[in-house]
Amino acid sequence: MPMSIDNIFGIGGTALHAQMIRMNTTASNLANAGTTAATEQEAYRGKRTIFKALMDDQMTNAGSPYVGGVKVDKIVDDTKPVPRVYDPGNPLADGDGFVFQANVNEVTEMVDMMAASRSYQNNVEVVNTARELMMRSLEIIKA
Amino acid sequence: MDLLNNALGIHDKALRVRNQRMELLARNIANEDTPHFKARELDFKTVMAKFEPAEPMAATNQTHFDYGDDKLDDDGLRYRVPFNASADGNTVEITVEQAKYGKAAADYQATLTFLENRVNSIRKALRGD
Repeated sequence: MPMSIDNIFGIGGTALHAQMIRMNTTASNLANAGTTAATEQEAYRGKRTIFKALMDDQMTNAGSPYVGGVKVDKIVDDTKPVPRVYDPGNPLADGDGFVFQANVNEVTEMVDMMAASRSYQNNVEVVNTARELMMRSLEIIKA
Repeated sequence: MDLLNNALGIHDKALRVRNQRMELLARNIANEDTPHFKARELDFKTVMAKFEPAEPMAATNQTHFDYGDDKLDDDGLRYRVPFNASADGNTVEITVEQAKYGKAAADYQATLTFLENRVNSIRKALRGD
């Protein structure tokens, strides 16, 4: 295992990247929260990111300079049923006057956005502390 | 550079272990939201003990088994036992990790200070003033 404080930058970097993707999916969910569709298949389904830990051997085999960390394994559709709403005035409504709305709950998304943002900040702090220690180490060799 | 290696004492090895520990904690924090991720911790004492020459166990009777060197097999990594279990099997408790990371950073600085003092004494000796 290579030993250097800059591994922490790599680990923090993977986490920042993963949390950023999570925030992007949340933004996409929020933007599509009010959409309606004519059929159940076409309706927007909330996107969820699934994280996965990066293992040591995975990283070293890939020749990566950092060890460990996290990545977005996959982005999956929310399995909640799509709500069928009676809205005869909607041009997309079917013969019975029903439309299909996105299965996104704005409140849940906001909470998820806040959680992602807090995780992002945590990892920024981790990188900041590592940077300070690195600068301290440099002081030693100063004459 | 054997002279310089000894001059720095245990501190350069300690710094490496401190760094390894910070890395591990950074990894825990990075995997805060990963399902089934198990937080790990480094046992500082176990890792540092590897740098000390091990005292071989004396076999005073021919029926005694060879004890071997168990110490070298232990990488000092331990799984953390969480205070509260989470539904997705993740054992990272972010507040605990944050606190440990802060403490680890302070420990790292302490070792750095020891190292700095050593370097200063070597410098003083070399200059001869």
